[in-house]
Formats: sequence, structure tokens, C-alpha cells
Amino acid sequence: MESPVLIEIKNLKTHFFLDEGTVQAVNGVDFTIHQHKTLCVVGESGCGKSVTARSILQIVDQPGRIVEGEILYHRPFRLSAAGNGEWTSGETGANGNSTTEIIDLAALDPRGREIRAIRGQDISMIFQEPMTSLSPIHTVGNQITEAIKLHTDMLDDEADEHAVELLRRVGIPRPEERLGTYPFELSGGMRQRVMIAMALSCNPALLIADEPTTAVDVTTQAQILELLEELQDEYGMAIMLITHDLGVVAEMADDVVVMYLGQVAERGDVDSIFHDPKHPYTQSLLKSIPRLGVSRNRQRLDSIRGMVPDPYNRPSGCMFGPRCDHFMPGRCDAISPPAIPLGPGREVHCLLYEDE
Amino acid sequence: MSAQSTNGSEYPTTGNGTAAAENVLLDVRNLQKWFPITAGFFRRTVGHVRAVDDISFHVLQGETLGLVGESGCGKTTAGRCILRAYDLTGGQVFFQDHDGKMVDLGPLTNNEMKPYRQQLRMIFQDPFNSLNPRMPVIDIVGDPLKINKVAAGKELEDRVASLLARVGLRPEYMRRYPHAFSGGERQRIGIARALALDPRLVVADEAVSALDVSVRAQILNLIKDLQEEFNLTYIFVSHDLSVIEYICDRVVVMYVGKIVEVAETEELFAQPFHPYTEALLSAVPNPDPRMRQQKDRIVLEGDVADPANPPSGCYFHPRCRYVQDQCSLETPELREIAPGHFAACHFAEELTLAGVTASGELG
Ligand SMILES: Nc1ncnc2c1ncn2[C@@H]1O[C@H](COP(=O)(O)OP(=O)(O)OP(=O)(O)O)[C@@H](O)[C@H]1O
Ligand SMILES: Nc1ncnc2c1ncn2[C@@H]1O[C@H](COP(=O)(O)OP(=O)(O)OP(=O)(O)O)[C@@H](O)[C@H]1O
Ligand code: SF4
Ligand code: SF4
Ligand SMILES: [Mg+2]
Ligand SMILES: [Mg+2]
Repeated sequence: MESPVLIEIKNLKTHFFLDEGTVQAVNGVDFTIHQHKTLCVVGESGCGKSVTARSILQIVDQPGRIVEGEILYHRPFRLSAAGNGEWTSGETGANGNSTTEIIDLAALDPRGREIRAIRGQDISMIFQEPMTSLSPIHTVGNQITEAIKLHTDMLDDEADEHAVELLRRVGIPRPEERLGTYPFELSGGMRQRVMIAMALSCNPALLIADEPTTAVDVTTQAQILELLEELQDEYGMAIMLITHDLGVVAEMADDVVVMYLGQVAERGDVDSIFHDPKHPYTQSLLKSIPRLGVSRNRQRLDSIRGMVPDPYNRPSGCMFGPRCDHFMPGRCDAISPPAIPLGPGREVHCLLYEDE
Repeated sequence: MSAQSTNGSEYPTTGNGTAAAENVLLDVRNLQKWFPITAGFFRRTVGHVRAVDDISFHVLQGETLGLVGESGCGKTTAGRCILRAYDLTGGQVFFQDHDGKMVDLGPLTNNEMKPYRQQLRMIFQDPFNSLNPRMPVIDIVGDPLKINKVAAGKELEDRVASLLARVGLRPEYMRRYPHAFSGGERQRIGIARALALDPRLVVADEAVSALDVSVRAQILNLIKDLQEEFNLTYIFVSHDLSVIEYICDRVVVMYVGKIVEVAETEELFAQPFHPYTEALLSAVPNPDPRMRQQKDRIVLEGDVADPANPPSGCYFHPRCRYVQDQCSLETPELREIAPGHFAACHFAEELTLAGVTASGELG
């Protein structure tokens, strides 16, 4: 059975209003995150992955804002009252819909009480660059225990113990002693793991992890990914994982969203995306994966030809047109490709598939 | 040949395993960097984090040397010591001067380091931290050019525009501030800045970690092109082993502040001699969802080693699956196991470790 819907994003548009013009960072994105599942988001650097994630939490930087669309949060509830227990959905009604409360996050006031109660408690985020969210002037211990105490009814000692346990689970040596260190005393990968520990401290219903393992080696990465899967099983947590590492996607994802220039190019289950990619962008992305032992003798690596278009002068029609090998003049530069459904949860935005 | 500055050490001319001196751009000898651990109100020193603990390696002119190892093993610290962003606890960093002399950068004062700062550049691991938030991109990338009187005015703007284009950023972005960029865009600003002054040695610390495979390929191609054009030398720190495999001529593997293996890239991947290297190669995720269950990943059990209180004998012994009695008693030296291939394991000759075969499978 399909697991219940947790987040439904519909036609999301988040734009930045600069003096030089408007940056349409996210421009009509649709996808769904299911409870207890892992959704991976991939796409070229600058295509709007982080801004989409930040939109969910309503923490888009100035001068940006959500200009259109909905982010429907089907709020599950905690089984235990302790404030960090397992998540469950409401009763499932006769029509198959759950009776859980539905909140449109996009419509909430970014500074209001409602969204603040959701941040950290229901949805927490691991940021792409650890130092954007770690305070340089507070110790690691203080930062984690503050987060724990804010969202649970744990007391100081319990919070400390919980913090140590989390740091150990993300592979930080000597966690008891690390509580007193400052972020600058940690290596890049350790900072990243401190942030992961912080984000996991309250067992959120949704964990948004933006490039969570770029600063750690592959053995530590394997350990962290396993930890995420364990917590997912224990608490029914859903994960939205943004990563450039297609090896990680292959290992973790249930579903995949491929983005290009602020839009969804294609989405579907992980097996279809890797073994039956439809969108020309996805196809070339998969072709440029370097494989160990294979790239050794190659003179040059494959990259997708051309450059991301000028943000203030976007192409007409399909955004991928200027770089696409299947470009059809008169069509691809005239029509913006609609979502073409290919199956349950599977769709592609490309005119090649229009008649199917 | 003798090299000198105030009170630095002489560069030893008689070889002890290092290559011919004319080719060596950088020769790191017994480098140590310990950070004090303090406690209590008076911040008394109660111990030391041995972030880098007696490592020696050299880099040839025009070569790319890879630096890999567990998170926290001292790679960034080593890089920062080479650039003298840190004072050394011990050891020497010999760098070949423009006129071929080997100069120990270790004891140089800030002022004496100045002429070298433009020749030695670093691409920082955390771009968010290393870009001045109050400077627009044109200044971030252009200032080194301006300060060193390489270009000014319109010419400066053109130089910056072409640097940005080479790293795949639109020149239209020039007046924006760092916060207005995505992670990967910021990383590329750092790359453009490091390459602006035609350096001789670039320490690239996780320089491409935030880039998708296609943009990363473009940057790696650029890095290779520049190397061919200008005989650039790189030290490349990366957790992405496919990047290391593609870009590096030789690789140094570190574990808890020490070097455990050094070899030519191809050798290292095909036939590792240290059990830590084997574990590392085995953990690379396979980009195929159908292979999920089928991987022979070596899971490293046991506590992550602590550089403030490392294990006895071989630092890897609490987590090594080939451990024997001798391992916790005696520290293995870095030894030449095959020509040009060094490893620090008592049993390097006896063990048959798995590398990566040419088909990309583990073998
Ligand atoms: N504060 C801002 N002001 C103006 N433009 C912005 C701002 N933040 C992001 N952008 C632009 O929005 C676009 C999308 O950015 P986003 O950070 O979502 O990219 P991304 O997909 O996460 O990329 P990466 O993989 O490099 O992190 C980029 O082109 C970026 O330049
Ligand atoms: N300024 C500092 N003060 C105290 N300890 C430090 C400092 N900088 C680094 N360390 C410690 O030194 C060790 C090595 O850190 P380093 O940043 O060199 O690791 P790394 O190999 O670059 O790791 P990563 O891959 O995670 O970036 C770590 O244990 C770290 O906590
Ligand atoms: S719509 Fe046209 S240009 Fe766009 S991806 Fe499909 S074939 Fe290529
Ligand atoms: S010396 Fe012993 S413990 Fe160390 S790597 Fe070799 S076999 Fe393993
Ligand atoms: Mg991002
Ligand atoms: Mg580092």
C-alpha cells in the first residue's frame, strides 16, 4: 500500500526580486513526499533545490518570497506525548484519505507562531553549509541541548545525555568532551555531523537534508546514511534528501525528483529514474556519472554542453532547449512542456512524450 | 644547493627516498600540528589534539597529489600548515622558490611569507565561511588582481568576467553578494578567486564537493587544462574517490594524523596495501539502485579513533579486520612495499586486499 502523503507541493514559485531583475529560482514545482519514505532531489547546481527546501520551512532569504503555489502539510501526530515519539497518521477514512490536519505552509506568515512551532519540531533541516546554522560563539553542547530543550520536555541532564548519544551515533569521537568545543575547533565533516545530530534531536516527521554528507568520507557517510534509515524505521520519519551524489540516491531513494532551472524535469520511483530515464536532461546526467575504475583512462570527463541560461533572459519554451540533443525547432522553443503522466507518481516534462 | 631564510632548516640534498630535487615543488618533512585542549576557568592545557602528527610527503612540479582519509584525520590542517595559515608545531615545509632554491616556509614571519602568498593558493572547504559577505563577487575575485597590480578598471572587469565564465558562472552575477548564490555557485567563486593570480601551487580542499556531476566534470576539465597550460601543481583533498581517481597522479591516504599509504593512483585503487584503504574503497556507493543489497561494504566497527588519545601500536587496530597481537603493541612504519608504493601495516606483504577493478566492480 502507498504510505500516506506528508507534503504535497503544488505549483510552487519562489522568486528573488533584485535590482537587476527577478530571479525565478523556483518556478512551478510539483511533487509529493510520503510518510516514512525517502525522496531524493537532484539537479544542476543553482537549479533551485535549496530554495525549494527553504520554502517548505518559510526561511527564504530576503529579497525572496513565495509568490505562488501551495505546500500542503498533512500533519501526523506523535504516538507518545513526550514530544519526541513516533509519528502516526490519523484514522484512514472510507475514501482512503487520512483525517489528519492539513496546513498550507506556503500561506503561513514566515515570522508567525504556527510555522515556528513546525520548524524543528515537525520538520527540521540539515543545511548545505554547516556554518550557516551553527553559531560560532556557542559551544556545540549548548547548541544541541538548546534545540532539544526547546522542543521536548527533557531536563538539562537528560538533554545532555541525549546530545552525547546523538553525537556518538553520528560518529564523533569522545562525544562527552566534545560538548564543550566550539565549531571552529571541528573539522568540516564533524561540523556537518553536529548539525545532523541537532536536526535529529527531536525526531522530526520530515527531515530535510541538503547535501548532508558532502564533507565526510565514504565510510562515515555509510554510517550516517544507516543511522538515517534506522531513525526512519523507528519513528516513521520521512526524508527529503538533496544530493549530487547519484550513488547515494541509488542507495537511499524511494522516489526521485529531477530539477532543471527552477522546474521539475522528471519524477518517479528510483528504479525508473535510473533504468528508464525519460527526460533528455536526466539521460545526460546519468551519462556523466563517473564510475570508479572506468574514468581512470579517460582524457576528459563528459559534461552537458552549454551553460545554464542567463537568469534574466530565460529561453522561451522548454528551459533545457538550448542544451538538448532532441531539440525540435518550432515546438520546443514555443511550448513550455506540461507534465506528462507516465504512471503513478511518475511524470516527465518533455514534448517528446506528448502523444503517449 | 642550500636554501635559506632567517633560521629555517637546510634542505637536505642527499636523497632519502624523495625524488630528484629539481622536480620537487613542495617537500613536507615531519610536519606536526597539535592543538591544545584546554579546561577550566583559566583554560589550562590538559592535552593535545594531534591533528597532524609527523607526516612527510613531496609534490612534484606539475603533479596532482590526492589527500584522502577519514573525516577529521587532519587533511585541512595539513593544507593550512603548508600555506602557513597555521604555525607549525614541528617539521619543515620546503617550497621551491622562483630561482630553484628550496625555502623552508615553516619559520617565516607573516611579512616574509608575502611573496609566497600569491604563488600558493587555497580553495577552502567551506565557501560560506571563506567568502567575505560584504563584498560583491567582482571584488572577491578581482581584489587579488588589483592588489598585485595585475589589472584595473575595465580590464579588471573583463578578467573577472572571463574567470567567472570559465567556472561556469554568468558574468551577469558579478555585482551580487555571496549570500545570493547557491552552494555550488559559491564554491565556484572560491575556485575563480584561487585561480585568478596564476598560482604555482593550489591546495584544493573539497573544491568540487557541492557540484553536480556535469558542472563538476567541467571544473575538473578546467583544472586539468590549466595544469597543462601553466604547469600548475595541485594538492587535491576530496572525499569523492571518483574525483581523486580522475584527477590525481599520486594519492596519500591519512588516518588519524598519520600517513598510512602512498601510491600512484592506479596502483592504489587496483591494489591497496593498507586495510583502511581497502575499507574506504569498499564503501563507495554504487550508482545503481538494483545493487543496493549486493555490496560487500566493509563496515568499520568500533570507536572512531581520537587524535587526542590515539590507540596504541597501529592506530587502526581497534577497527581492523586483520588485526593480530603485534598490532596493538608495535607502531608500523611507513615502508616501501612495492616500488613507489608505501604502506604502514605490519602485514602489508601477506594480506591480499581488494581494490577496484577496471569494470567499476569491486574485485
Ligand atoms: N538570496 C538570493 N538572492 C538572489 N538569488 C538567489 C538567492 N538565493 C539563491 N538565489 C538564486 O536562486 C537559484 C537557485 O538557488 P538554490 O540555492 O536553490 O540552488 P541549488 O539547486 O540548491 O544549487 P546547489 O546545488 O549549487 O546548491 C540560483 O541561481 C541562485 O543564484
Ligand atoms: N582550530 C582548531 N582547534 C582545535 N582543534 C582543531 C582545530 N582545527 C582542527 N582541529 C581538530 O583537528 C583534527 C583534524 O581536523 P581537520 O579539519 O584537519 O580534519 P579533516 O581531515 O580536514 O576532516 P574533514 O574531512 O572532516 O574536513 C580534528 O580532530 C579537529 O577537531
Ligand atoms: S521539450 Fe524539447 S528541448 Fe525540452 S527536453 Fe524535450 S526534446 Fe528537449
Ligand atoms: S598493522 Fe595490524 S591493525 Fe594495523 S592495519 Fe595492519 S593488520 Fe591492521
Ligand atoms: Mg543548494
Ligand atoms: Mg577538512
